Amino acid sequence: MPEIKVTPLGAGQDVGRSCILVSIGGKNIMLDCGMHMGYNDDRRFPDFSYITQNGRLTEFLDCVIISHFHLDHCGALPYMSEMVGYDGPIYMTHPTKAICPILLEDFRKITVDKKGETNFFTSQMIKDCMKKVIPLNLHQTVQVDDELEIKAYYAGHVLGAAMVHIKVGSESVVYTGDYNMTPDRHLGAAWIDKCRPDILISESTYATTIRDSKRCRERDFLKKVHESIERGGKVLIPVFALGRAQELCILLETFWERMNLKAPIYFSTGLTEKANHYYKLFITWTNQKIRKTFVQRNMFEFKHIKAFDRSYADNPGPMVVFATPGMLHAGQSLQIFKKWAGNEKNMVIMPGYCVQGTIGHKILNGQRKLEMEGRATLDVKLQVEYMSFSAHADAKGIMQLIRMAEPRNMLLVHGEAVKMEFLKGKIEQEFSINCYMPANGETTTVTTNPSVPVDISLNLLKREMALGGPLPDPKKPRTMHGTLIMKENSLKLVSSEQALKELGLNEHQLRFTCRVQLQDPHSDPDTLHRIYTHLKSVLKGYTIQHLPDGTVMVESIVIKVSSSAEDPNTKVLLLSWSYQDEDLGSFLSNLLKKGLPSGLC
Amino acid sequence: PSKSAALHVDLCKATNSTDALQYLLQFARKPVEAESVEGVVRILLEHYYKETDTSVRLKIASLLGLLSKTQGFRPDCIVDDIINTLCNEKSHQVLAQLLDTLLVVGTELPDSPAVRQRLVQVSCKHLSDTYFGVRNKCLQLLGCVGTVDAPLSKDGDGPGSSPGGCRDVQSIISDYFGDQDPRVRTAALKAMACRLLSDDYEQVRSAAVQMVWVLSQLYPESIVPIPSSNEEIRLVDDAFGKISHMVSDGSWMVRVQAAKTLGSMLQVSPHFLEQTLDKKLMSDLRRKRTAHERAKELFASGEFSSGRKWADDAPKEKLDTNTVNLIASGACGAFVHGLEDEMFEVRIAAVEALCQLARSSPTFAEKCLDFLVDMFNDEIEEVRLQSIHVLRQISTHITLREDQLDTVLAVLEDSSRDIREALHELLCYTNVSTKECIQLALLELLKNLNKYPTDRNSVWKCLKFLGSRHPTLVLPLVPELLSTHPYFDTPEPDMDDPAYIAVLVLVFNAAKSCPTMPALFSDHTFRHYAYLRDSLSHLVPPLRLPGRKQVLGLDPVDSGSASGSVESAQLFLQQSLNRISTIQNLEAPGAQDLLNFTIRDVQRLGHLQTQLSGAADFCATYLRCQLLLMKALQEKLWNMAVPLCLKQNVTATAAARQILEETYKLEFLYGGLENRQIATIHHVRLQAKALQLILSARTRQGLDPLISSCEKFLQEIEAFQRSFLTELPHLHDSFVDKLLELKPRISACSSVELVKILQTTLRQSGLLQLRLPEQIHRATATIIEPTGESDNPLRFTSGLVVALDIDATLEHVQDPQNTVKVQVLYPDGQSHVIHPKPGDFRKPGADRHRLITQVYLSHTAWTEPSQIEVRLLLSYSSASSSLSSSKHLGWSDSSDGLQSPEAVVEGTIPFSKPVKVFIMPKPARR
Repeated sequence: MPEIKVTPLGAGQDVGRSCILVSIGGKNIMLDCGMHMGYNDDRRFPDFSYITQNGRLTEFLDCVIISHFHLDHCGALPYMSEMVGYDGPIYMTHPTKAICPILLEDFRKITVDKKGETNFFTSQMIKDCMKKVIPLNLHQTVQVDDELEIKAYYAGHVLGAAMVHIKVGSESVVYTGDYNMTPDRHLGAAWIDKCRPDILISESTYATTIRDSKRCRERDFLKKVHESIERGGKVLIPVFALGRAQELCILLETFWERMNLKAPIYFSTGLTEKANHYYKLFITWTNQKIRKTFVQRNMFEFKHIKAFDRSYADNPGPMVVFATPGMLHAGQSLQIFKKWAGNEKNMVIMPGYCVQGTIGHKILNGQRKLEMEGRATLDVKLQVEYMSFSAHADAKGIMQLIRMAEPRNMLLVHGEAVKMEFLKGKIEQEFSINCYMPANGETTTVTTNPSVPVDISLNLLKREMALGGPLPDPKKPRTMHGTLIMKENSLKLVSSEQALKELGLNEHQLRFTCRVQLQDPHSDPDTLHRIYTHLKSVLKGYTIQHLPDGTVMVESIVIKVSSSAEDPNTKVLLLSWSYQDEDLGSFLSNLLKKGLPSGLC
Repeated sequence: PSKSAALHVDLCKATNSTDALQYLLQFARKPVEAESVEGVVRILLEHYYKETDTSVRLKIASLLGLLSKTQGFRPDCIVDDIINTLCNEKSHQVLAQLLDTLLVVGTELPDSPAVRQRLVQVSCKHLSDTYFGVRNKCLQLLGCVGTVDAPLSKDGDGPGSSPGGCRDVQSIISDYFGDQDPRVRTAALKAMACRLLSDDYEQVRSAAVQMVWVLSQLYPESIVPIPSSNEEIRLVDDAFGKISHMVSDGSWMVRVQAAKTLGSMLQVSPHFLEQTLDKKLMSDLRRKRTAHERAKELFASGEFSSGRKWADDAPKEKLDTNTVNLIASGACGAFVHGLEDEMFEVRIAAVEALCQLARSSPTFAEKCLDFLVDMFNDEIEEVRLQSIHVLRQISTHITLREDQLDTVLAVLEDSSRDIREALHELLCYTNVSTKECIQLALLELLKNLNKYPTDRNSVWKCLKFLGSRHPTLVLPLVPELLSTHPYFDTPEPDMDDPAYIAVLVLVFNAAKSCPTMPALFSDHTFRHYAYLRDSLSHLVPPLRLPGRKQVLGLDPVDSGSASGSVESAQLFLQQSLNRISTIQNLEAPGAQDLLNFTIRDVQRLGHLQTQLSGAADFCATYLRCQLLLMKALQEKLWNMAVPLCLKQNVTATAAARQILEETYKLEFLYGGLENRQIATIHHVRLQAKALQLILSARTRQGLDPLISSCEKFLQEIEAFQRSFLTELPHLHDSFVDKLLELKPRISACSSVELVKILQTTLRQSGLLQLRLPEQIHRATATIIEPTGESDNPLRFTSGLVVALDIDATLEHVQDPQNTVKVQVLYPDGQSHVIHPKPGDFRKPGADRHRLITQVYLSHTAWTEPSQIEVRLLLSYSSASSSLSSSKHLGWSDSSDGLQSPEAVVEGTIPFSKPVKVFIMPKPARR
């Protein structure tokens, strides 16, 4: 039986360094090539030696597909393609292709220039790697080679995030990457058609969470900011440069517009400016509102949001500042935080998760005195707020996607094992399909039952139709006669005559002959006549002929009578029929073996 | 019979199929009488049998269908023929068309079971056809003629040929749910329902939603079993659950439809309804409370304003993994999804559905409040506006909590005027629970007033209702609001401050039903009351104040007595009109006085009874026309030689012109007129025109112009007769009636004679009594902005333009986009008419419009500032009116060649008070 094999090299029962190998229909595909943020050693990249111990990966992989630009999905790409060695095609969407190198470069700078690591990929390697990238459009079917085709679907999550449908013959796999089923201020919701893949590989970050209404959170956020501004306070929002930052910017921008507010909003410069530029360009990847209004005004051309300068932090009056990084562990956001921490009018809003040990985590846990470097302590008087703006599908969203795609098997990655276990149970119960959750390096094998397409000649079908019978019903099998020709990887069902003609073969006749001994005291012609009348009475609706040359023909079956040499009363019947009339022939021979009824004249 | 013969001849003549087709097409354009249908059908069938070309047969088949629709023709006689042809037909297209014909026949004969039985058999037979169109039609036919309860005794050579042989229509159709062609599936669903809600094709799903809905409306109470368990629920609940599921469908068209459909399922049980808002939250398998619940609890525990802590929403109780139902069966969370949808169309549909459901169920209204309030924060203005409107509609059922009010009020700062005004409207109808809420609302409204001073009127109105709704909640706030102090005198606030006025409006309206309140007022408050009562009488109610004179009788808004006296007022109006009818002819002595008094009475009545003001005004104007006519006719000029009475002549001419103007006002300014009133108005107009004719005949010399105007007049009489044919009996003994009697004479006689006849008839004809229709509304307009109070001139450089903001409310104006115009009058007599854009009109309520627009002013330089006048005009055109009146009579279908002989008169009626604006164009500086 054909099989599909899925092996996660990363992200198997884990979050980070997503990298999944899929073997389908003899093709090997790598889905995502990410890095792990939690490690600084070899563990940060997927273990490519699983594929091959020595040498380059090119001959083992047919293609690499990157779902979106987050580093845990594309961070190891230059390492794999340039340092390990891969020259095949890499597929990603246009926005991902545009933004991915910026992030990789930024990541490289931090690792190499700041932390001083060696043996890391260089800028040139990033450039070389990006040269191998083939961009994808949404819903565009791309033929990787003759058999393998891939198609991207919208996934929400971040700009340019895509789900991919991979198809070889009639076998297919869908990989979701990260996706979001609830639309936000700048992106739409993930969508897929009912493609019924053999395996749906889904992320499961929020496998055990059902989230609250997004509107509540937004409203809370806006209210907090608004109140603080009205009091004359300053608001600091530490963010990472891409993704959520843009969402929050749009949120505040529209709110400022609506409420006619005047307080300035600043955005710390650098990476973000470049990123914003791409957001402006890839309008088609955003949500309905932005897409529809960009003719009048591109929503990413912010009216109220200006670039931040270090000196602005001391300006009097209210302001809102977005600053990187998001966990207040270093850089500009920390500097501003230190400046503003002393005033209780001010506020800091943490829009995302904070890792333990960072200042962000400390203040979120209510610590009011912070020890800074050099024994100085910092009194935290400003208000600390936490708002979760996360763009992963929650448990309900995952179920919704399954309902949309109707897969035959389900495979969970990118999540914690315990949580996956729960969701797995739910999926199996609700949809009664198999659900797998392989760990890293563990291979899941799914046998498929692919339908083999066969071309059938129109003549044959028409002939079949002419024979009558019920209408073709896709749900019921139906038998018919024909010849299957397998030639050069293609299957054809044609009538036997045509097959002979095509293959240049002579037709051979196969005839069965059979002798039946019969006790009959009459003369030969009489016996023949008796047989004729007998058959005539039994086989109604068949053409039975008594030919003058002393034979009886039933359809194409020939019956001859001759007396045996020893006993004139024992007649020997000679039956001869062709292979096509096998049914009728064997019926006749059985019938005649029973002898003739006595009542015949 | 002649028709069928002609057709026969034609078809015989036809040598080839294209010719025959041509003849058939021509034939199809003409109507056929019921008697000859049968003959035609026979001939058609005859040709049908002979014809070899499929397109001709197709046409014949469709003709048969058309013919069976003919009124008065029973198509049962042709059923057999059609079925026969059906059996012999080979072409699939023709088959489909024939089945269509049968469908028509079937619908024409709903009460004949024998025919239906046959049709069902036929369609079952053809269900096995290979062409999708045929199967499609068969299913349609089955759905149309097959009754649900009648099982089929025999199902012919039907598809599966089930051995039992007794299957009902449903099961036959449901066989075709699995058909390979999506088009057939769509048809199958249109004929029946269900199961295909998860089809691959969105059209199919959409049709399925509709079908499920139809079924649930037809049999809401029937009980259906749930497949997985042995429970049973009502069909409507089941359908509701299924459709709720579709709110998270992949295609947004389906989602919109599902959301809309949910709104119309009002019979659903409350248990299911409430589930649509339920979305159990969990985080790491622990139950979490929603933000809404948290807000409620915080509010209950009295620490509302405390900031949220990290992990405040930390999950509390551990969930049992078995009880968590992720993909909630049934209605769970449908609206939560719908309201968060990506497409705003879905969100709007969901909001509307919520509104419909909430209006019928107060408990649900209470529950969906939080969600609606959340929608105030939507990114699309349309959605925000819609949710505010919805909240207003269901506000009778709900009382806002303080935290909810807080969110609602936050929207007051929205920069969109529509949103703010919708919100004011909402606040007018809102119930709040505590005095803090009132204070909060007041505070926010004052803030709003401060930020957007143009909202003044709207805010005041809002506070008026807020005060009168919650007198007891306002009472404890009064000292604080008026900043009074038990011992000290506080400074008197500025009377012109809009914020102070706003506070006073709130307090005074509350005081109306709270007699203890005035005791808390300080002296200046009473003075301010008196001032406001005069200047803003629509906002400040009459109060029973100690030591104040009560002037009850003069209060038109004194609602206590008003409601009861509407009927008596109506009676009075009717009586006055009856009294007028006693005037026999226009020269009767004392008639003028009677008219004068009646006009005065009626006008006064209109002032006192606002509900009748339209009718009263209408009567008064009409009577004034009569009075003018009477006066004009009574002038002595008729007995004198022409040169001696030039002066009188002039006044009479002026009167005629004025009457004409008034009649246009009567016709176009008032809404709710019936044909009869319009006839009366036209009659007066005719009289005025006659008067004009007579006068011009007397003054002007020369016959030629006279002849042409006489002809014109005669045409007008004819036009009148034509358009008011049905009203003529009511016009007995009137001017027109008399003229029509003399018609043979006047059309023959010379123009001079005609004038004489007119003169006598005019003087002898009686006064036409006015009968009032049920409801007359006068179109009115009030310009709110500019107020005309400003002393600062609007300065601008001459040659350039300045934009003037205009804000006006229009009432009872039909189609304001086309009729309302703005006129600007400059001191030098120049006038400009500006046509506002259609988008400038908003419709805040029934019969109410709001015009918010800008007009551009420009002029050459002036030496000093001066005032221009701005007013609104209602434009009319007599063409539109005659069209509408002809529609009344059902003439429109034969309108060709009927041209209105009356020249189209277009004009404008000023219908608002002019407002003066001080402007100053300065000379351009070099």
